[in-house]
Amino acid sequence: MKGMSVIVKKTAQLLSAMIFVFGMYIITHGHVLPGGGFSGGVLLASSFIVLILAQGKEYIKLKKQREATSVFESLSALLILLLGISGLFAGSLFLFNNYLPKGQPGELLSAGNIPIYSILIGIKVAATLFTIFLALTIYKEEVSK
Amino acid sequence: MDTETYLIIILVFMIVMAIAAIHARDLLSSVIAQGAIGYGLVLCFLLLKAPDLAIVQIVAETITIIIMVAVLHDSTRFETRFPICRRDIVNYSAAFVLAGVLLYYFVHAIAVLNPFGEHTLRMSEAYVYQAIEATGATNFVKGVLWDFRALDTMGEAAVLFTTAIGVLAILRLKGKKQSNQ
Repeated sequence: MKGMSVIVKKTAQLLSAMIFVFGMYIITHGHVLPGGGFSGGVLLASSFIVLILAQGKEYIKLKKQREATSVFESLSALLILLLGISGLFAGSLFLFNNYLPKGQPGELLSAGNIPIYSILIGIKVAATLFTIFLALTIYKEEVSK
Repeated sequence: MDTETYLIIILVFMIVMAIAAIHARDLLSSVIAQGAIGYGLVLCFLLLKAPDLAIVQIVAETITIIIMVAVLHDSTRFETRFPICRRDIVNYSAAFVLAGVLLYYFVHAIAVLNPFGEHTLRMSEAYVYQAIEATGATNFVKGVLWDFRALDTMGEAAVLFTTAIGVLAILRLKGKKQSNQ
């Protein structure tokens, strides 16, 4: 996969930062406004995918990136489980125990555990989709060599 | 026009696009037709007042199209057609019989259901009226997803995890070669 022209590269660099910030916004405001972990995670992944599509393969060392995304994916899945299990120790229920302080509804820091779950699932979805995309691009290169 | 008329127009458009996606010989136009189905679904979600699902659908649809075009770019562009043999006739007739049986039972099932837009709220009543109080989240879709139905959401996360592992396991040809030698 070759890179595109200079105009596309620069526009992609500018846009990818904006898409990334918008994804963070969607994830962190998931419990207040429409959105949440899944949609924000896909946005985070797409900000990286735009960069790779525009810059071509050589822009970053994709192989190292793939290992990093796998680590992030497994780590966030593990943290979700640990947070669920922590509810088991704080009270009685696995995953359903919303034990952190609820706060004022509508504020950013409210709703107990839900924002933390949202952030973790956002990281997980972003890492998963980016892993799939990188796998599709890297392994084809390995075969053609 | 009311919501149902708009929905009917969008659904007819989606059905036409689905037929186009099946019958297109160029696989790229088939992928584009599938994208049109996805964006039609986004409009349906917006009309039915589900912005959460609309955001997820529009973002996931875009990523899906990118990945499908990437796959198409590396494989064949045009579909190969085979002549119809006797086995195809059996398959098609079986499919039509199954569709007819399903249609018959769906018509009977729909007669029992509530009219469109007037649901019976038994369990969801508690969710709708107590979710903000119980979870503290104003977007109570998230409240339901991560509090009342958290186990379901964890299952979704597990499905995503399995997808990534499956893609990595199928696509890594280097490991396969090493095991053969």
